[in-house]
Amino acid sequence: MTDIPEGGAHPQQDGPRRGSLFAENPRIKARNRAEKRFRAYGIAAISIAMAFLCVLLFSIVKNGLPAFTQTYIQVDVTLDQEVLDPDATGDPAVIAQKTTFSYAPLIQAALVDRLAQSGIETEVTPDRLARILSSGAAAQLRNHVLANPEVVGETVEFDLLASSRVDGYMKGRVTREALARDPNLDAAHLEIIDALKAEGSVERRFNLDFITGTDASDSRPEEAGLGASVLGSFYMMLVVLLLALPIGVAASIYLEEFAPENRFTDLIEVNISNLAAVPSIVFGILGLAAFIQFAHLPASAPLVGGLVLTLMTLPTIIISTRASLRAVPPSIRDAALGVGASKMQATMHHVLPLAMPGILTGTILGLAQALGETAPLLLIGMVGFIASEYPDSFTSGFTDPNSAMPAQIYEWAKRADPAYYERAWGGIIVLLAFLLLMNIVAVLLRRRFERRW
Amino acid sequence: MSTFWIVLVVLAVAALCFVLARRRALSAVDGDQRHLHSRPNYYGFSAALWAAGPALIVLALWLALQPLVVDRSVRPLVLEEDRNAALVMSDVTRLAGGIDRAIAMGGLTAQEARGLTADGLRDRLSDFGTALASEVSPGVLEAAQRYRTIEGRGALLRSILTIGLAVGLGAFALWRVAPGFRARTSVERAILGALIAAACVAIGTTIGIVLSLIFNTIKFFGLYPAADFLFGTTWAPSFGGGSSLGILPLLWGTLYISLIALLVAVPIGLLAAIYLSEYAHRTVRAWAKPMLEVLAGIPTIVYGLFALLTVGPLLMDVFGPGGALGVRWMGGGTSVMTAGLVMGIMLIPFVSSLSDDIINAVPQSMRDGSLGLGATQSETVKQVILPAALPGIVGAVLLAASRAIGETMIVVLGAGAAARLDLNPFEAMTTVTAKIVSQLTGDADFSSPEALVAFALGMTLFVITLILNVFALWIVRRYREQYE
Repeated sequence: MTDIPEGGAHPQQDGPRRGSLFAENPRIKARNRAEKRFRAYGIAAISIAMAFLCVLLFSIVKNGLPAFTQTYIQVDVTLDQEVLDPDATGDPAVIAQKTTFSYAPLIQAALVDRLAQSGIETEVTPDRLARILSSGAAAQLRNHVLANPEVVGETVEFDLLASSRVDGYMKGRVTREALARDPNLDAAHLEIIDALKAEGSVERRFNLDFITGTDASDSRPEEAGLGASVLGSFYMMLVVLLLALPIGVAASIYLEEFAPENRFTDLIEVNISNLAAVPSIVFGILGLAAFIQFAHLPASAPLVGGLVLTLMTLPTIIISTRASLRAVPPSIRDAALGVGASKMQATMHHVLPLAMPGILTGTILGLAQALGETAPLLLIGMVGFIASEYPDSFTSGFTDPNSAMPAQIYEWAKRADPAYYERAWGGIIVLLAFLLLMNIVAVLLRRRFERRW
Repeated sequence: MSTFWIVLVVLAVAALCFVLARRRALSAVDGDQRHLHSRPNYYGFSAALWAAGPALIVLALWLALQPLVVDRSVRPLVLEEDRNAALVMSDVTRLAGGIDRAIAMGGLTAQEARGLTADGLRDRLSDFGTALASEVSPGVLEAAQRYRTIEGRGALLRSILTIGLAVGLGAFALWRVAPGFRARTSVERAILGALIAAACVAIGTTIGIVLSLIFNTIKFFGLYPAADFLFGTTWAPSFGGGSSLGILPLLWGTLYISLIALLVAVPIGLLAAIYLSEYAHRTVRAWAKPMLEVLAGIPTIVYGLFALLTVGPLLMDVFGPGGALGVRWMGGGTSVMTAGLVMGIMLIPFVSSLSDDIINAVPQSMRDGSLGLGATQSETVKQVILPAALPGIVGAVLLAASRAIGETMIVVLGAGAAARLDLNPFEAMTTVTAKIVSQLTGDADFSSPEALVAFALGMTLFVITLILNVFALWIVRRYREQYE
């Protein structure tokens, strides 16, 4: 290093360096500033991503939580014998002949009585008054009477569902100004609600029906629930699990343990890696053309949805299964072969069981991905109809038209009604809860059984 | 005999073969296993596979092919009817099902069923819970009778063939059992065959996708000129006919939204990946990485709703009429910007995790070399690591672009429905995927060009994403080889 000139001159333009190396000259300062700036960019990028996540989760929780509560109005309804069972037969068959139209006047009368009792003055006519209740209230009454025919003629206290606007008012979604253009409800209704609320007969409480109930028509968001579509998703996941796991594992075993290196194997590999990146909507087109148009399987059925999602998740499962097979050290195979096992025995008896925790983790994550997938379901007809009934039996659960959780959420989002938007957000909370559960199971499985070799 | 019972009988035969073959193998060597070629269970499995395998395969093939054969022989009978042939065929099957049900419920004897006449048949069958849409015409009745005959004969033949096959091959397998018989080899060969078949499902899926796209696309181009589709600048489908179905506005919307998504995702994702792999403390990394992965695990329907109900109104408050900026750029909540922004958020973890892998693949010696020469960390990143990782990062960006182009739910909910060729990013536009959904989800008639165009759109989408993927994977793979 003797050829460095005296004073440790820098070969650059800013001339010979003087003084200590630790003293910052302008150039070093600039470089350090650039360093800090760059680091700040990184922190900013991460913060932005985190902020997006927070905003997303916050808006889900804020908009979705109200869906889990519902407003009920407590009313004493006189189940007039004159109306329901004029001949006093007490025969359930006779009572069953009365449709919900017979019950509507009873509700109106009960509401008028209720207001008179509390001394609430109003100009709202009785038939408009009933609009503070859900249009399903009459059916609720009728079902109760059919289940207990002996109550006819008595006065029974009911908790009737409030209409979605009243519910929205209680949740702060509907304001008086917004009602100005509403044909169903006006400010006078809200006065009544306020008065009843002060007396404690309007109550907002946890609504189990949102999770277990079935979908309702456009005009009754207050009755709509997620239950049938949860079941639809469950049947689809069952199909995916029963098909994708065995096929995926078998394919992975072949590719990882047995496949010779040739063109055919290459072809399979290329296919798998490309299928993993094909847009999900294309799988929907495949399902429509192959399963519904060609094979005439029933449209909207969880079976078809499950088949489509199976094809879609297979690449994911194969990729993760191969990784866990690869993680089993060759010494295990060698030891098995060394004591006389055949290659198949070594794989099936030793490699596969050791790789199983990893395979299951990958499968659960694949299922979670399939559970949230919506686009292919749109094409095989799982939206656009109202999943208002539970399937009758286990087998019809696969073949009867049903919805699925994400499809139901999309359906609600499409109905362009704030009350249904609230349901959609609530549905997302349920969906994310299921996904979280599956991910936690996967993580625990990995923690519990993972072996380091 | 119903399929369920056939399967059950076949499985029972297989189980019996297992037990018998195992016992026969053991008794052939007086219970001394050492004289057998394979463990006794392999003899059992070998026989059971012989009994069940071919029988079940034949059954599956038969079930798949019988409807085609029946259709072919019944359809000519109903062609005279001046209605939609598919509708008549469904009448025929429903009528045949109704007659069968009436027999099963004891309302008709098999004899009577053969001599049925068309008059009043609808009322008779409705007593047994079969509601027919219209009165039965003699032609339909004849077709239904033919249908029943063929179905019945098919079912009988099917049962005999399947069970006969199971018993016959099971007996053959039993006869083969001897101490020197290589049972394990034969079982393992069958298993290997099953493994190969499973691996071929991937090829089958690709073939299925390509076939279903190609056939319907060809059908579409038969009804609508390909040049108008590929170069048309208006998209105005009308199910009454006379639609113009040009793909250009859709492609433009797709590319515009993807571009905005990439402008959001690539800088944020890349910088986040660089920070996490080069700067972040271990604990920060342990927290931040899973958080980013949460973003990746959220289903797209959630992002779609987020775009529609949160981001759209938010942008309206800023860029819409009466908004914070006082400009009137935005007409509604759904726009290219809404969808692009949300899609960008969705792609951040995708870009960052891919870039993370690629940055980590750059050898440590290159970093050490640069730092040893006196470069700062950011200079090392900018002048050494990024150039070295560039091909990989380009690959990652291409993969992200292919994701963005194929994304459906966000654009269906967030981008709007109007097809436009416009430069304003606050205008509603639509994409290829959104139109596939809207053209195929109505009660559309699948033979009209308005529905078939969805397959042509799907084909376009498939080809574009395939090219992007293959190209990106090729780049990534080449780059990886460089340092291995």
